[in-house]
Amino acid sequence: MTIVQNPQAPQTGAADAESGFAKLMSRVKRVIASNPSVLPTVAAIVIFIGMVVYGEVAYGRIVQYNTLSNLFINNAHLIILAVAMTFVILTGGIDLSVGSVIALSSVAGVMLANAGWDPMVVIVLMILIGTAMGLASGILIQYFNVQPFIATLAMMFLGRGLAALLSTQPERLADDSPILWLGEQFKVIDGEKVNDVVITPGVIIALLVVLIAFFVLHRTRTGRTVYAIGGSESSSALMGLAVPRTKVLVYVISGTLSGVAAVVYTSRLGIAQNITGIGWELDAIAATVIGGTLLTGGYGYVLGSVVGALVLGLMNVLITRDGGIPPEMTTIITGGILLIFVLLQRAVTSKRRT
Amino acid sequence: MTEPLPIVEMRDISIEFPGVKALDGVDFRLFQGEVHALMGENGAGKSTLIKALTGVYKIDGGSIIVAGQERQFHGTRDAQSAGVSTVYQEVNLVTNLSIGENVMLGHEIRGTFGVNWRATHAAATDALAKLGLEYLDTHKPLSTLSIAMQQLVAISRAMAVKAKVLILDEPTSSLDAAEVEGLFAVMRTLRDQGVAILFVSHFLDQIYAISDRLTILRNGRYEGEYLTRDLDRHALISKMIGKDLGALSSLGGNRRVEQRDYDAEAPLLAAKGLGRQGSIEPTDLDIHTGEVVGFAGLLGSGRTELARLLYGADRAGEGELTLHGKRVDLKNPADGLGKRIAFSTENRRDEGIVADLTVRENMILAIQAERGWARPIPRKEQDELVEKYITALNVRPADPNRLIKNLSGGNQQKVLLGRWLATKPELLILDEPTRGIDVGAKAEIQEAVAQLAEDGVSVVFISSELEEVVRLSERIVVLKDHQKIGEIVNGPGVTAQQIVDVIAAHGVAAAAESDIIDAEADVEPSNDPDTAHTPASAEEES
Repeated sequence: MTIVQNPQAPQTGAADAESGFAKLMSRVKRVIASNPSVLPTVAAIVIFIGMVVYGEVAYGRIVQYNTLSNLFINNAHLIILAVAMTFVILTGGIDLSVGSVIALSSVAGVMLANAGWDPMVVIVLMILIGTAMGLASGILIQYFNVQPFIATLAMMFLGRGLAALLSTQPERLADDSPILWLGEQFKVIDGEKVNDVVITPGVIIALLVVLIAFFVLHRTRTGRTVYAIGGSESSSALMGLAVPRTKVLVYVISGTLSGVAAVVYTSRLGIAQNITGIGWELDAIAATVIGGTLLTGGYGYVLGSVVGALVLGLMNVLITRDGGIPPEMTTIITGGILLIFVLLQRAVTSKRRT
Repeated sequence: MTEPLPIVEMRDISIEFPGVKALDGVDFRLFQGEVHALMGENGAGKSTLIKALTGVYKIDGGSIIVAGQERQFHGTRDAQSAGVSTVYQEVNLVTNLSIGENVMLGHEIRGTFGVNWRATHAAATDALAKLGLEYLDTHKPLSTLSIAMQQLVAISRAMAVKAKVLILDEPTSSLDAAEVEGLFAVMRTLRDQGVAILFVSHFLDQIYAISDRLTILRNGRYEGEYLTRDLDRHALISKMIGKDLGALSSLGGNRRVEQRDYDAEAPLLAAKGLGRQGSIEPTDLDIHTGEVVGFAGLLGSGRTELARLLYGADRAGEGELTLHGKRVDLKNPADGLGKRIAFSTENRRDEGIVADLTVRENMILAIQAERGWARPIPRKEQDELVEKYITALNVRPADPNRLIKNLSGGNQQKVLLGRWLATKPELLILDEPTRGIDVGAKAEIQEAVAQLAEDGVSVVFISSELEEVVRLSERIVVLKDHQKIGEIVNGPGVTAQQIVDVIAAHGVAAAAESDIIDAEADVEPSNDPDTAHTPASAEEES
């Protein structure tokens, strides 16, 4: 499944010869014809490019090294969350606990680090806290037959409460903490003035997560089972697939990746708070849906979710650049964009069906 | 006959559902290299026995021995790894993935970089080739295939797993004759390779064509095991239903002796150039009061699409529809329902029943929707309605509080019929109401249709079984390739063969050939369309 990789190319390939672009378009068309389910994802990519072009024309300084670098650096955690959410939504489930898992994991992590624990141990523990929360959700859903919405809602309250129990003050990492290294910026290409390609280990982690997720979803039996469950859980069971195990696993993956996102986010900010990550589960769901994953499960691509996260991030950049839009409008605009995407996907898919 | 050890032996199996004994001390044996038919009416316990063997249901008593070992399977996965694979009546595949993936799910070929898709699709093509389906593009989504083709893919899947025991639960109910022949050829090959095949079908001809041995169940009890060649049809049916069946053969038929004067009376419903892009070409059609109009055509000929336009399930893109002489525009099913038009879908499981509701709730669904949710139907009225249709349609078990998913296919169909009858429709559209249900239930549904027309309800009757269409309909609309290609006023001389000739004469030679094969199988049991299909032919031959 190399489907979604190609359409991203126009971003960098705009300067290429036109024949190359035409070839690419015909390839995209062929892929869409043979598998209409990639269309919403392709639409997301097209709209992302549209936003970039609009931003460049209206405000300038969008298509340049430092803006794009910052887009990735500031949204690395959201990309990881969107990947986590994609696994869950592909099975037809939902995970509302990711935001509060981040709060719990980062507050606990920072406090342990400040208490003098070894940073490697702290990082592993932060991730394992996510794993444990995810495992609990998964077991509730699979073996106690609790609705995913309810089970993860319970875990959301639990995580938030535990974080508040630990501390209600902002916990600050020591300035010399090795954990901060993950958020440190490295110049890859030194451009003019501040226009550099910058990368943090956190971004690299996010990109690795995306690659591994892509591999798991498209190149392993487990990944294919995730899609099959989203298609029809009862059919999957009758086909002899490992449905219970996989269903638990997607929540474990989601929890674990939330832990990873907590590490990446905390290392960038250096501060952890019990109110961190409120509403992030909804951002992650929005990113996933914008990226073309169907909430009912079975259809969607992890690369689409990455684009969805970038769309949300870019939107914030554009709003800041505009200057005239009050920050309170951000959520309204997010909602609007989400709605437009969903309507667009509807239009595209219903046209296909006739 | 030397008796080697059976590969599957089920002894004294009992299964209880709340309030009912679904299986009561049933024995069953399956040998390597045989095709064994499991026979019985709907609700006799065939599906339950199969689900006991495949680990879907837990048995409450008895033992299951597979390949000499006592086994207790926990789920299909368990059964599959012990070499027991099943293809169910309702296609159990996932439509969001590709054809090739559906064949290979859980058995994908893996290389260094995870699943090797090239090899996996090649293996899928190999498995499909055993059924002569190597021309399918395994990369296409499964949803692009018809239900019949999906069924064949499901069988390919079972074979890709290299099963020792293959269970085919009604695999042929949505296949045409050529496809059935193809399937039988594969079954024979597999049998000769030593695979034990358990086969369930409601088509007696198929049972006699393919099976070596059969076990009969009745009302959850073991009735006996026989060599197929030792048991004639009459004896078989009598054992299945436990009584003689003279009464079943007298229905229908006489209805169309009296010829209607089509010009004299205004039609109830008239369609002029009614069509929708990509689904059905513009069509003219009249339906009169109290008339049964049959739609004949192969799967995918556009018969369902046309019916959906008449009900408003899809909105017509062009043409006009008049009802009682007045022009109507059906935008959605509620419009159709409001105009006293009811539509019973061919897709019983997905678009028909609500599996987790009871028989009562399923039955009152449409009438409640019609009245609006603000006016709940009083419990007493519900009880009366449900009671009435359970009795009239002979729903078994006659318990309004059973979950509908625990009923057999035929009885689910009767409940659906009751659901639409409760809305007192002027036009009732039945899409494949008898697919995959047994002789007795089939006859009962046919009887109900004939009675409805007698009472002045117009019925559109859609079925793949041309015999059945000819027997019930006053007029037959023939469809092919998404258009109406002819209309036959039914009469004593009309046979299924004539319809087939109409279909065959229209279009290319290659397509026509497979249609004729289809027809022969359909027509073969009896040349007199006035007698009931299977039971009657069984009597004649005995």
